[in-house]
Amino acid sequence: MSEQIIVPTMAEFMAQGKHPEVLFWVGCMGSFDDRAKKVTKAFVKLLHKSNVDFAVLGTEESCTGDPAKRAGNEFLFQMQAVTNIEVLNAYEIKKIVTACPHCFNTIKNEYPGLGGNYQVMHHTQFLKSLLDEGRLTVEGGQFKGKRITFHDPCYLGRGNDIYEAPRDLIRKLDAELVEMKSCKSRGLCCGAGGAQMFKEAEPGNKEINVKRTEEAIEVKPEIIAAGCPFCNTMMTDGVKSKNKETDIAVMDIAELIANAQDL
Amino acid sequence: MNYIPNILFAIALIVGIGFFANNVRKLIRNIKLGRDVDVSDNTSQRWKNMAMIALGQSKMVKRPVSGFLHIIVYLGFIIINIEVLEIIIDGLAGTHRIFSSIGPLYGVLIGVFEVLAVLVFVSVIIFWIRRNIIKIKRFWANEMTSWPKNDANYILYIEMVLMALFLIMNATDLKFQAMENGNVISQYLTPLFSGLSEGTIHIIERSAWWLHILGILAFLNYLYFSKHLHILLAFPNTYFGKIVPKGQFKNNDVVTKEVQMMMDPDADPFAAPPEDEGDDIPVKFGASDVQDLNWVQLLNAYTCTECGRCTSECPANITGKKLSPRKIMMDTRDRLEEVGKNIDANNGVFKEDGKQLLDDYITREELWACTTCNACVEACPVSIDPMSIIVEMRNYLVMEESAAPMELNNMMTNIENNGAPWPYNQMDRLNWKNE
Ligand code: SF4
Ligand code: SF4
Repeated sequence: MSEQIIVPTMAEFMAQGKHPEVLFWVGCMGSFDDRAKKVTKAFVKLLHKSNVDFAVLGTEESCTGDPAKRAGNEFLFQMQAVTNIEVLNAYEIKKIVTACPHCFNTIKNEYPGLGGNYQVMHHTQFLKSLLDEGRLTVEGGQFKGKRITFHDPCYLGRGNDIYEAPRDLIRKLDAELVEMKSCKSRGLCCGAGGAQMFKEAEPGNKEINVKRTEEAIEVKPEIIAAGCPFCNTMMTDGVKSKNKETDIAVMDIAELIANAQDL
Repeated sequence: MNYIPNILFAIALIVGIGFFANNVRKLIRNIKLGRDVDVSDNTSQRWKNMAMIALGQSKMVKRPVSGFLHIIVYLGFIIINIEVLEIIIDGLAGTHRIFSSIGPLYGVLIGVFEVLAVLVFVSVIIFWIRRNIIKIKRFWANEMTSWPKNDANYILYIEMVLMALFLIMNATDLKFQAMENGNVISQYLTPLFSGLSEGTIHIIERSAWWLHILGILAFLNYLYFSKHLHILLAFPNTYFGKIVPKGQFKNNDVVTKEVQMMMDPDADPFAAPPEDEGDDIPVKFGASDVQDLNWVQLLNAYTCTECGRCTSECPANITGKKLSPRKIMMDTRDRLEEVGKNIDANNGVFKEDGKQLLDDYITREELWACTTCNACVEACPVSIDPMSIIVEMRNYLVMEESAAPMELNNMMTNIENNGAPWPYNQMDRLNWKNE
């Protein structure tokens, strides 16, 4: 399936001497991972729908350095950070939105100390603010009455105390929001953080994503809602390993909202 | 008049407090072995955290049963200690229940103490049952070897004995019973001793009184060797705990300087490496031993209550990996104690012992199993951050030893070359829009 969507870059804005309202930081997963790219597109559609004047860095974007820092390579992290900050500052970026809690956390919390000061929002917070300002309408559509459980991403929830924005959006879909037994500040990790995504797990008796998927299956959801491309992958794999992929879908909040409106 | 009891009492008090002061001195010296860290910011937030988390026990009650029982024991511990003040004055001055002259209020106070003593006694028994009969999982994990298990039980026994002594002391104090002022519980114990002569009862009363105060002094000196140190250290530890968002990791200033040098087009490429600039810059990145950690992390280690709440929430531990955040804290404390003893034995200077925290205590397998999910930090009732130690030890492994697992090295090489953790070309970063 190939559909052309309009995604303006900062370079194009600059050439016209204009500033966008917000920079959409796509992130490595959002740019390269097949599953996450769908989320990226869903979010872009919502931005267009809400008439948000946005831009991306495109080929000028580079990894925030999060996985390097969590893996212990502070040097590589700071190299990435300083390079990105140079680009962002050159474009005089004020406000950033991203669909990845890892990018969100790193840019929001760790870039200021290295000279990068921006207002940073997770896409669920941003969508919530569009909703509050009346720029976006959220309807239930196909998700009305569906049982949806939200898996808290560590770097959004515990890491930055954001628990309500994604849940408010799910409620807006007139869906039945069900909570897993460990949720919010006690939510179990999907197993991908701290650079675990890129390596085999240490020996144990279970994969973390399988454990978390079991917790989700316990509340019998039709959909597991995610707010992070890494969680999305881990939970999708978990659902597959339990042979439940026909009963349970793993979807990002942005996809839920976009799909509800048949965007 | 016979002054011998007063003198004996004064000696016991001086010895008890003297030993304790010596322990505190050692404790502070060991904590100061850590690297310096600036925690002078946000004092009002810090006081608030201390008031809420240590004084107000806000994190304890996240688990309602143990939280509730702990509050009883904690309140009992603090309030009953007011009685100790009277004991000390009586002991030194040779008086008997000096505060009883304040009248009805004394009765109220002692009444409250007696009720609390019973509640504490019952709570401690429930704690003991949870540990030893119900065998709650977190008290039986691998790192709960014989000493940590015994330590926990010893404390429960000591508390039971102290509470019992307090009640017996009141029950056998016939003058106090005759006042009928505050003997709400002990009056029911007095009949147990009715068959005995007045002289014997008096001896029992004196013995209970002495054992009670000597027990408290002994307990005070047991703290340093026990997880029970948290009753003191929880306060500074919650004050110095992390106040930035949990997801935020520290940026290393030395690295910042190096990166600035590298990125600065005006920098002299032949300049000496920054390590030689001054001697206040730590040449070593990350931590392989306790001295490489900062002093708040070392304070964390001494504060750990070994409750295992962290480990019971840790995704790696839950799925059978070796990593246990509680063990990270216990190992750090054990190694720090070992270093401290080494210093004591060698006239105040550390003599290389061929050991370190890494490998000899904490294995690489444990370190690489962490997802940096912060569940341990969130769970800790006294604001300990086990994850920060894990990350600093990873810093050492990667930046000093280049010893990351191969897959992670590949990931980092990709970031370096392509700006993404996979071998995709940075120029393809926007291709998704046309797919
Ligand atoms: S941060 Fe690491 S040690 Fe702490 S709970 Fe998560 S995986 Fe376990
Ligand atoms: S680090 Fe905190 S939660 Fe973990 S055992 Fe120690 S006191 Fe308990």
